Amino acid sequence: MATFTPTVPGQKATAGQGGGGGSAPPRRGGGGDSNRGSGGGSSNYGERLRRARLGLACGLTPILMLFVSFTSAYVVRKGLPTLDATTNQYVHDWLPVNLPWTLLIVNSLVLILSSLTMELARRDITRQAALAPAARIPGVSLGRERHFPWLSITTVLGVAFLVGQWMAWRALADRGFYVANTPSSSFVYLLTGMHAIHLAGGVIALLAAGAIALLHRPLDNRRIVVDVTAWYWHFMALLWIYVFALLALVR
Amino acid sequence: MSTPEIIHAHAAPQGFIRKYVFSLDHKVIGIQYYFLALVAVFVGMFLSLLMRIHLVWPTASIPLFGDIKPETYLTLLTMHGTIMVFFVLTTAPQGGFGNYFLPIQIGAPDMAFPVLNMLSFWTTAVAFVVMLAAFFVEGGAPLHGWTGYAPLSAIPSSGPGEQLGADLWILSIAIFCLGSLMGALNFITTVLDMRAKGMTMMRMPLTCWSWFITAILALLAFGVLLAGGILLLMDRNLGTSFFVPAGLSLTGKMIFPAGGFGGDAHFSHAGGSPLLWQHLFWFFGHPEVYIAILPGMGVASQLLSTFSRKPIYGYKAMVYAMLSIGFLGFMVWGHHMFMSGMSPYTAFAFSIMTMAIGVPSAIKTFNWLGTIYKGRIRFQSPMLFAIGFVSLFVSGGLSGPFLAQPVLDIQLHDTYFVPAHFHLIMGVAAIFGIFAGTYYWFPKMFGRMMNETLAQWHFWFSLIGAYAIFMPMHYLGMAGHPRRYSQLTELQYLAPLLPLQKFITYAAVATIAGQFLFLFNFFWSMFKGPKASDNPWESTTLEWTTSTPPPHDNFGGKVPVVNNGPYEYSVPGAARDFVMQTDPPVGSGH
Ligand code: HEM
Ligand SMILES: [Cu+2]
Repeated sequence: MATFTPTVPGQKATAGQGGGGGSAPPRRGGGGDSNRGSGGGSSNYGERLRRARLGLACGLTPILMLFVSFTSAYVVRKGLPTLDATTNQYVHDWLPVNLPWTLLIVNSLVLILSSLTMELARRDITRQAALAPAARIPGVSLGRERHFPWLSITTVLGVAFLVGQWMAWRALADRGFYVANTPSSSFVYLLTGMHAIHLAGGVIALLAAGAIALLHRPLDNRRIVVDVTAWYWHFMALLWIYVFALLALVR
Repeated sequence: MSTPEIIHAHAAPQGFIRKYVFSLDHKVIGIQYYFLALVAVFVGMFLSLLMRIHLVWPTASIPLFGDIKPETYLTLLTMHGTIMVFFVLTTAPQGGFGNYFLPIQIGAPDMAFPVLNMLSFWTTAVAFVVMLAAFFVEGGAPLHGWTGYAPLSAIPSSGPGEQLGADLWILSIAIFCLGSLMGALNFITTVLDMRAKGMTMMRMPLTCWSWFITAILALLAFGVLLAGGILLLMDRNLGTSFFVPAGLSLTGKMIFPAGGFGGDAHFSHAGGSPLLWQHLFWFFGHPEVYIAILPGMGVASQLLSTFSRKPIYGYKAMVYAMLSIGFLGFMVWGHHMFMSGMSPYTAFAFSIMTMAIGVPSAIKTFNWLGTIYKGRIRFQSPMLFAIGFVSLFVSGGLSGPFLAQPVLDIQLHDTYFVPAHFHLIMGVAAIFGIFAGTYYWFPKMFGRMMNETLAQWHFWFSLIGAYAIFMPMHYLGMAGHPRRYSQLTELQYLAPLLPLQKFITYAAVATIAGQFLFLFNFFWSMFKGPKASDNPWESTTLEWTTSTPPPHDNFGGKVPVVNNGPYEYSVPGAARDFVMQTDPPVGSGH
């Protein structure tokens, strides 16, 4: 399964990639399309896409490990007694947090919905990229494509989720659960906060994808960014479901 | 997320900044990592020198530094360990050599994500600056040791240096984690996706395998350390108590949280577990020691084969041994915590797993010996350091199974026996791996040969010096000498051991002096050394097929096609005693 990369400096889009036998994802319109018109000399975008996805899979691993660590700390701390000085006895000081359930369920639905729109955005741009070369053939018309602004919708939903989380933290504080005053609330803030930070990273990636569109950079670049962001986003949605389930079930 | 860019479909960058500072070229980044580690190792070495002086002459005043107080000793100890482990042993073998030679050895024009690669270097560099900054803030650098044990590290009022200095220390480690994670991601993607035609996984040089496995360990381990660091920062700055228990005795009085428990009103922590930190830290910490040593194992394998003019003995066994070391490495962290009050059954399980690591380690050692057995050995400096590596790995490794016995560890834990063990194996063996790599690859990196005579002197100085420093420490440990003590002269029962401590200090001074041979040789040869040919050691791997130093895209527009395994030396019937990986196919290969 050798991978072959052209290394000639300053090389333009390459015709006829060697190697990579069978591993190349959908290249449009057969081989030899050296002039794809997407500009930028972006060679073999299937290879770049696969590479980016692989990189993402590696990048998600430490995020997973981060939450695995927090989870084990959570479970350990929950079962841990503490010494009460007045009685000199071990007591359990774990106080189940009174979570703002309705708000969190609404937030979860918003995030799941955003995962859906993200997937639509990903499929939309994949189709666009696949059709782009055909559209350049004189006389070929693809008819009027309707492009829904799925990306923008996802961004808005993502921000809405973050705002919702902010409201949830406010609600917690109103109920007397601060970051430091009970062990359980520390973990609630920790888990939701770390998730929010990672999701904010996804929002920034979405904005970057938008910027690429505005700058008229090659479609391929944008497609790769959108694709990778989409998988990251789905991961964030799953992670949230996990965090929520943990907070709901292990109290 | 980085945008994957078109790799080297552009000409080499022009201008000093793009070429040498914010370079995307993995070779420049590799050298940047190497120089970062070089600066760090001299800082770390200087700190160790101060420690050794303080131990035996506690009243000595150091020019430009002043008196060393007991708490200063702990500061030096902490910063020495941290800088050496993170910024030298994790940085040079992987970030330095790995970055420079991994893409070339697998026939790729660069890393998979060059921009990310640049970012990971600069992140690491920032982490180093933040770490050093801890020296210069109020209270100075922290004194909680390289393992940052809570609650010492979790409570700012627990000692000088535990205020802002400790925050900077944790922050630096967290930044370092991010840099290493980015690097690891890049290494893995590069190995899986960028190999040249014909470079199957089982034809990769063992160096590449070691960098690959190291990257996997880093990817799984650094996230856990980051988690610990975040919790620690929260304990320190947000008032949480993940790691801080109730009823802590601080400066002589028991403290309990305000509110329900009564007591010291300034202290609201309660109910946390210092052991939680130890678990998180060592779940990272044990894989980390393999992160430090695995690249050295790769280099040793490569050099022992090359300089014995023999194929590596048991290539596949070497690969599987490294994989199982990596795998087992995640299941033994408890051996650092035998004294934490863990259940004897748990301790037993950790003990068995720990000794199991001895098996793949022994496989590697025997294969190294098998490789040089009856070889036509060329005792050049890279080979000497590779042999030194094996020697130190064995000497340091043999004390491991002793420490892995919970009953023995009760006696040996927190004595000098532990520093003896890990300095031989992790400290000096890994450093020997770095030296071996330096003497071997210097010609390729800088286009000139290093001076062989100086190199040989440097080798003997370092080898004898290292043994002279660390062998006696085993004895100190068995005699019950505690580690991390700063005042040895005050304690009656340590007095008989003081002469040995003095001897160690003399040996350390001499060994450190010997390192300047290396430093001089390095910089002198960089400018004045004789020009190197493309393949001065008659090696087989891809970096020796390209020009010296390699061009911007590594192979000058050509694309290597690999036909042979990495260690085809003395192949019967071949024209030369080495068959390069790009030569026409011979024999079975791998
Ligand atoms: C068969 C192999 C090994 C065994 C059985 C082993 C066992 C142990 C044990 C049981 C301890 C804990 C001692 C204590 O704190 O009481 C220890 C400490 C240590 N080991 Fe190993 N070890 C092995 C190989 C290695 C290797 C290959 C490295 C690094 C390259 C290494 C680096 C360390 C370090 C750094 C520490 C001490 C950390 C500290 O407390 O500051 N060990 N080893
Ligand atoms: Cu260990």
